Amino acid sequence: MAANPMYQFNVYRIGPEIKIGEIDLSFTNASLFMVISSLAILIIFNLGAQKKNIIPDKIQLLSELSYTFVSKMISDTAGSKAKPYFSFIFSLFMFVLFCNMFGMIPYSFTVTSHIIVTFVLAAFIFIGVTIIGFIKHGFGYLKLFVPSGVPAVLLPLIVVIEIISYLSRPISLSVRLFANMMAGHTMMKVFGGFVVSLGIVGGWLPLSFSVALTGLEILVAFLQAYVFAILTCIYLNDALNLHH
Amino acid sequence: MKKIILLNIFYFSFCTVAVKSAEKGGMPQLDPEFWVSQIFWLTITFGTLFLVLSKFILPRISKNLEQRRLQILENIETAEKQRKQSEKNLKEFDEIILKSKNKAKEVMLAAREKVVSEITKKKMKLDEDLNSEIQNVEKEIIELKLSSPKKINSIASNITNEVIKRLIGTDVNESSVSALVEEELKKLSRSTNGI
Repeated sequence: MAANPMYQFNVYRIGPEIKIGEIDLSFTNASLFMVISSLAILIIFNLGAQKKNIIPDKIQLLSELSYTFVSKMISDTAGSKAKPYFSFIFSLFMFVLFCNMFGMIPYSFTVTSHIIVTFVLAAFIFIGVTIIGFIKHGFGYLKLFVPSGVPAVLLPLIVVIEIISYLSRPISLSVRLFANMMAGHTMMKVFGGFVVSLGIVGGWLPLSFSVALTGLEILVAFLQAYVFAILTCIYLNDALNLHH
Repeated sequence: MKKIILLNIFYFSFCTVAVKSAEKGGMPQLDPEFWVSQIFWLTITFGTLFLVLSKFILPRISKNLEQRRLQILENIETAEKQRKQSEKNLKEFDEIILKSKNKAKEVMLAAREKVVSEITKKKMKLDEDLNSEIQNVEKEIIELKLSSPKKINSIASNITNEVIKRLIGTDVNESSVSALVEEELKKLSRSTNGI
């Protein structure tokens, strides 16, 4: 069973079956890693926030650097108007990052390798951004679909394309993260399987590949979290500062 | 050659693994069995994370950062102030030194002048004293010169008197003696003048 590279993505129940009506809300391995990631974030940042040294120590520096990193990312992409959404984007970035990183531990579970999780996050962002846009600009937000400086002949086509691209945002956002995580972990599993099947004679090549892939995957884990957060910022920017 | 064989082995095993996984029913991600559970737990964990971060942790980090920023600004300001103060102090110090140097020069000059004037005064006084002394002495000499013939006359007449007394044993009229001496002296002086 373990040779199947998709086996690692299986979700299974941990503990008792929890059912409300017909809905299954059981605690699964996915839930476990969501809890672990959240707790890790909370513990690390709580430790970092409790110290008030002028010259920070390691954990304080970690949390403060993360804070300024996300803060700078938001102000660079979405401007100063996006400040009220800082907490959300920070939580989002950290949650995705920690889920990705915990997924890199062997025999662990990658929460973000499930389309439903990333899609719920992306859909929440999409709906939230749309609501913010309509609150800030009213029906003027629809101008987002009408770029300025486009010849009138092309306008109907452009508007349709803009609407499709806008509506596909949650899908592209969620599939990007999900597919990256799934593909990377599948590759690693496949190469790991090669190491076993080729044994001590031929296993060295896939093993070195595996090592290299691990490094690459850690990079991807960070990069995808960053991309997820920065795309959220860009969408937020569209809603806050209507550029079109 | 070996590489090609190895790559072939990889390729075939990859294919078999892929086929096997496809036979097993593909991606567990698309199995909706636990979708609701995942959404539920995601909402709970992410919601809790967001609430705790935004209510408790992030404000504290932000406060720390702000405090540090203010502290650093304050330190910079204090440093700037102290730098200015020290510059001012340095300037004052320089001024004081310059002033005291000038003053010292002045004092030195005054002292020198005083000393010089005193010396000149003393010198002048000394010169005057010397001059008056010299004049006095000259006067005395002149007086002496002037009075010496008379004195010599009297002495000569006295001596003559005495000599006559000793020779003769009687007193001679003083006025006649002196008239004689005077005459002799006049002769002498005339002869000396004549020479």
